[in-house]
This record gives sequence, structure tokens and C-alpha cells, in this order.
Amino acid sequence: MRRFQLPITAGVIGAVWGALWMVLAGITMMMVSGLVFTPPAGLAAFLGALMALGILFFVTPESRKFPRLIGLALLLVFGLLMFGRMAPFGLRLSEGIWTQAGTMLLWAGLSVVSAHLCLEGFGSQPVRRYLYELLMLRVLKGLGLVLFSVFVALPFYVMVMTSLKSQQSLLANPLDFSVNITAPPDELFRSYIELFTKFHFDTFLINSAIVSVVTVFISLAFAIPGAYAVARLRFPGQAFLSRSILLIYMVPAIILVIPLYAVFSQLGLRNSLVGLMVVYPATTIPVALYMLQGYFRGLPSELEEAGLMDGLSRVQVIWKITLPLAVPALASVSLYVFMIAWNEFLFAFMFLDDLDIFTLSRGVVSLNSSEVPRQHLMAGAVVATLPVLVIFLWFEKYLVSGLTAGSVKG
Amino acid sequence: MEANTLIGSHSRPPSKAGALAKRERSLAYIMLLPTFFIVLGIVLLPLLANFWISFKPVTLGDLRAAQPVVNERIRPRPKAAGDEGVLRYRVRNSSKKDQLYAVSFTDVLPTGLEVTNLHESCRINGSVLTCRLGDLEGGSRLDIEMETRVSQVYIDSGEQARASKPVLAYEAENSLTNLEFSLDNFNKIFSAREFWQVLRVSLYYTIFGTLGALVMGLFAAQLLNTAFRGRIILRGLFLFPYVAPVIAVAFAWVLLLDAGPGGTFNAMLQQMEVSDGPINFLGKRSVDIHLFGFNFAFPVALTTVIIFESWRYFPLAFLFILARMQSISSEIYEAAEMDGATPFQQFWYLSIPQLLGILSILFLLRFIWTFNKFDDIFLLTGGAAGTRTLTVDVYEQAFAVSNLGAGAAVAVVVFFVLLFFSLIFFKFSPKDDG
Repeated sequence: MRRFQLPITAGVIGAVWGALWMVLAGITMMMVSGLVFTPPAGLAAFLGALMALGILFFVTPESRKFPRLIGLALLLVFGLLMFGRMAPFGLRLSEGIWTQAGTMLLWAGLSVVSAHLCLEGFGSQPVRRYLYELLMLRVLKGLGLVLFSVFVALPFYVMVMTSLKSQQSLLANPLDFSVNITAPPDELFRSYIELFTKFHFDTFLINSAIVSVVTVFISLAFAIPGAYAVARLRFPGQAFLSRSILLIYMVPAIILVIPLYAVFSQLGLRNSLVGLMVVYPATTIPVALYMLQGYFRGLPSELEEAGLMDGLSRVQVIWKITLPLAVPALASVSLYVFMIAWNEFLFAFMFLDDLDIFTLSRGVVSLNSSEVPRQHLMAGAVVATLPVLVIFLWFEKYLVSGLTAGSVKG
Repeated sequence: MEANTLIGSHSRPPSKAGALAKRERSLAYIMLLPTFFIVLGIVLLPLLANFWISFKPVTLGDLRAAQPVVNERIRPRPKAAGDEGVLRYRVRNSSKKDQLYAVSFTDVLPTGLEVTNLHESCRINGSVLTCRLGDLEGGSRLDIEMETRVSQVYIDSGEQARASKPVLAYEAENSLTNLEFSLDNFNKIFSAREFWQVLRVSLYYTIFGTLGALVMGLFAAQLLNTAFRGRIILRGLFLFPYVAPVIAVAFAWVLLLDAGPGGTFNAMLQQMEVSDGPINFLGKRSVDIHLFGFNFAFPVALTTVIIFESWRYFPLAFLFILARMQSISSEIYEAAEMDGATPFQQFWYLSIPQLLGILSILFLLRFIWTFNKFDDIFLLTGGAAGTRTLTVDVYEQAFAVSNLGAGAAVAVVVFFVLLFFSLIFFKFSPKDDG
């Protein structure tokens, strides 16, 4: 059976982790401290490779315990200082000593831990293909987790941090996201305070809340009877409806926007929140109906039949038996519809002209001009994001099941 | 058993069952009626209206329909009983080009105001003055003048002739509802050279955006399929891009990728010595790349919006794939393990075939939705630098160039491309979970 030699693989693994952590630790420390330097990725890769080989050959798998790993990390820092001629970041050590030390320790520690986790159980002997692939898989998963998390989180991080900075400091050093947390709150949250006092964000927030909540209620009021009919009652076209309702959902908003704009303009509904509260439910009802009918179908029909036997009317059966059983589905649908209505941009942008009826989406667009500093724009983005994210994290279980059940939408 | 005779279909007497079935049917229709009406009004009729508009030469300005405007005054202003003055109604057509038909107005004359010389197109009945003006050309105006004399009553009452507003009646041609049709809009959009470019960009964006989101979702699902500490937190984090409002994340990306001073990502690249100068990720159409003797223009802005699209929508694919993966029984993996299958073999020969169904459905759905997508590109680039897709083109034609008809015509194209893909989707969608 073919055996796989590990040294080159281990070297590559160490080099990749060394370089990656150097870049990430460097950027993180730069953002936190505001000090500007160039992380020596090449040198870090070289040292990382040496470190991984060291783990593989000189530390037996059984003896890879915490103290030894710490020793290895300190050795790495030492190597960085030596090979970097005591100025690995191109700066004298006295300049921002804590930032430099922090970067080095962060880098060394994370590199050693990563390489150790990948090489856990592997010694200097060649291994079979199964184990070799296991090693590869570990590396891929580790790299994937780190890179994915950074990729997903970076825009949000920049959004929040920018909203707390001032225009001058951002232009002077775009990498400096250090925020003086000890500053008085009215200084730190100046952008937010200005949004709410000068840019009418309090009104926008209320408008968004009204529109979203009303949309949820209208959608449920329309979708519940419809879904019940499709799920439980027999009528010609039932099968067709249960399949084709989603097709309506596929009609893009951009096709509807021109006729709706024209008609709503002439009806005087365009520049009004009522117009939005008509359009939003219409776009969410099909998917709400689809999600609910799926759930209703899964409920045992015996309970309802018993209710009918006891002399309840259909409406009473729905109200007293079906809906209490369907609370999780109702929660999912409500959250999903709320999210769609809260995040909706196109119709809000096309329909609303007056400042006092802007929703948050529309309000944030109005901040996107050269006269408004960018930290205000980002603060607006945070204000628009925060409620929906809080709700999402709070009810994650329901929203996730709602997303998977019915979300074919983008 | 009793329940069966009420609801079930088999063991009930035919006559009663017929009545019950009928009642059930009408109940179902009543329950579906609200949904039907709102979908009809806001989705289906506008869809048809869009076809209608696409055959009409309508611009944004035509939405303000033509209407007459009237102005009334007496000169010189009467000060004492017996004073004479000229009462003038000036009627104007608000539209520059649309004609108004059968324009007339009625006005209540104040007491004590006597018309001595009635205009030929007017009649007085008691104190009510009615004037028929006939048709009014676009942009034209008409003065109706008549001599009047006032009595003491008029002076005493302090009333003004303008106190009562003249009431207008007219017929106008609404350029949206008239029966004039033309193919101008379609001729215009199909003959424009950039239309085919727009179509190509649309397909490019849709295909690669969909694939990007799927591959990222598949990868993310692999990462989080095994249990480890912090997995729940990471799953929440991975859903952020999809849950957050597009407006927030799009602007965050715009600022992050800014090529001017203050652009964080460019500053990072330069600090890492990856690039010499700032790269305008969202504003540069293409760079020439020489690779293995081939020269090709790499579309920078388009690639950036595709990456954004993948970033924003991978959570959906991720959720679906993760759900599917966790429903695969672990036995087949254990069996494979016994047979000596390596991790990659297990992934390739066991996981992928199991995921093929959900992957193909996701591909079709995401394909359609990516094709429909407007907000993302509009907010990131506004359709500049070679990123104008069909949906952005709808907006540009209808609202930026103010040619509603042409915008509707592009929307019709969008609709038909979509219909094509939807038919494919219906053909492929499995019968059990629709």
C-alpha cells in the first residue's frame, strides 16, 4: 500500500498557517492600535514551516502538551526577532512596543495551535492514504473556518467601527479602527446622536417598524385561511394551486415596479406608507401561504375532525385547534415576512419622496451623498441592521426553520 | 367512522356528499379570495399592465395627466355701486402636448354682480354661469371676457368674484390608457448595441453568482457539519449576510472597497504590498491580463459584484445543504469506513450524490433569483463599469432616462427569460416537496 511522506506536507501546512496568521494578526493589531506596519508574511511562512517540522520530528505525538507548545511559540517569536534583525515589522521595537509584542505573540500562539491541531496524532513516520487525507481535511477545515469567518465578518466589523470614527481620522489612516472606548458616550456615538436628532432617523425607525409589523399581520390574515384551504379542503384546482403559488413568488419586483409606479402615481398611493403596506403583503403572501400549507398538511387531521364532530364550525376549528398547533410555523412565517419587509429596498426607494414617511432603507440611501460624512452612512446602516439582527439571533431557531422551509427567495 | 361521512370521500351517501363537497368547495374559494385579489391586483394585473406599457410611447412626464387650470379676476376692481369691470376667466392646458376635450366650467356669480355683455359660449341660469370652451390644444390658453356692473349689494357684502371657485369639467386623453400602440420601444432596445452586452452581463452575473453562492454554501456546510465548540455561533454568523438589509451591507462593501482615500481594503492590500496603487474594484471595467500567451480583459467590477452576490446569498445554500447533510444516515459512512474509503472518497462518492438533488434545486432557484436581482448591483455600482444587468437596465430606461415604455419593454424581456428558466425549474422540481 502506498505510504505518504509527511515532511513536505507538514512544512507547507506550517508555512500556510504562519503566513495567514501573520497577515490576520497584523491587520487585527493595526486596526486595534492604529499603528501602521507591514506584516512580514514571507518570513512568517518560513518560520511556520520550521515550526511544523519541529512539531513533527522533535515532539512525539504523546508529549505535545501545553507547556511544550508555549515553548515552541516563544521560540517562534525569538526566531522572528532574529531573522527580522530585531525589527520584523520594519519599525524600531520601541515604536508601539505593545502592538508589536501583541502581534508577535498572537501570531506565534495561533500558528502553533493551528499546526498542532492539524498534526495531532501524526508523527514522523509515513502514513496511509486514509490518514493523509484526514490531515488534508483538517487543514482545509481549519483554513476554511478562519477565512470564512473573516470574509463574513469583515464588512460588518468595518461598518460598526466606521460609524464610531470621525471623517478626518478615517481619511488619515483607513486601517485605524481603534476606538477610544473611554471617551464620553456623546463623543463616541456622535454619528448616532446626529442621525436621530438631525436626520430624522427616529421617524424612519418608527415608519419601518409600522410598515413591517402591518405587513406581517396582513400577510398572516390573508395567508392563514388560504393555506388552510389549500391544505385541508378539497376543491378543483387545489393541486395546481399548491404548486403554482410559488410561481407568483418568482415574479421579480423590477417588472412590477413600472406599472405599480404608474398606477399608484395616478391613484395618489405612491408617496405614502399605505402604498407600501399594500405592495409588501402582496409579495410575501404567496410564500407565507406556501410555508403554512406545508405545515398544516403535517398536522394530524383527526383533531380537526373531532372538533367538527363536536359541532365547531370550520372557522372555530381553525381558530381553536389548528392555529394553536401551528404556533412555531406562524412564528417562522412572521419573522421571515418581517425580515423581508424590513429589508425591502426597491419599492421604498421608488415610492417614497417625503422625508417624514421614509423607511430606514430609504433613509439610509438619502445619507449616501457627498455632503453627509461616511460615518453617518455607516451609523445609518448599523441602525437599519441592528433590529433585524437582534430579532434574528433571538429567534434564530424559528427563522432558520422558516428560511429552510420556504425561502426560495433572495 | 362518523367523521368519515362528514369529511372523507368514500363511505358517504352520494346526495349529501354532493352538498357537503359543494359547501367545502365554496368555503375554500371564500378563504382563498383575499389572497386571490391582492395577488391579482399587485402582481398579475401589473404584469399585464407592464406588457401594455411596453407597447406605448410613455415617458415619466406623461404620468402627470393633462388638465385644465382656470384663473378668474375682475379689472378694474369695482369700488362703488355702478362701477363697471371686465370679468375674465383664463383657462390653460397644463400639459404641453396633450389635447383636452370638451372643456367647460361652471361658476357661481356673487350677488350684485350683473353681467352686461355675456360671452357667446356662456349661459347664465340664475346666478350660475356655465361656459363651454370646446377643445384645448396642448400648451394653449383661452380667455373668456365679459363686461360686468356691480350694485350696492356687491360692495356691501365685501364679496369677491373669486370667492367661489369655478368648477371644471373636461375629457382628457390619458396616454397610458389610450389605444395607441407601437413597437418603438422594442425596436429601440433591440437595436441599441449595449442591449446584447447587457444581456451577456446578466447571464454572466447570474451563472457565476449562483455557482459562487452554491460552492461557498457547500464548503461552509462541510465546515459546520461536524460538532465542535462555537459551532452554533459560527452558524449564526454565517447567516448574517443574508439577514442584514441589503442597503447596509452594500454600503459597507462600497466603503470597504473604496478606491479613494479612506478605503480600508485598498489600504490593507497596499500595506501587505500586494498592490502598488489603489484598485477601483467597483469602478474599473476591466484589466488586461496576459496569461500563457493569451490576452483577455478581466472584468473587475463585474467580478466584484459577483463576489458580493456569492457572499450575500451563500447562507441560503449553506442552510439547505447543511439540513440535507444532517439528514443523511451515518450508517453509510460507517460502512464506507469499514470498506476503507478515505475522507475525500466518502465526500465524493457518498455525500455529493446524496446532495445532488438539493444542489440542483438550489441552482435553479438561485439562478432565477439572481437573475431577478436588482438592489445589489444598483447599490454597489449603479450599473456602471460593465455591470449593467437587465434588471438595472429596466430602472435606467424607465426612471433615469424617464422612458417608461422602454423600461417596460426591457422588463418584458426579463419576464420571458425568466419564464424560460421557470419552466425548466418546474420540469426538474421533485413532486414530493414541490
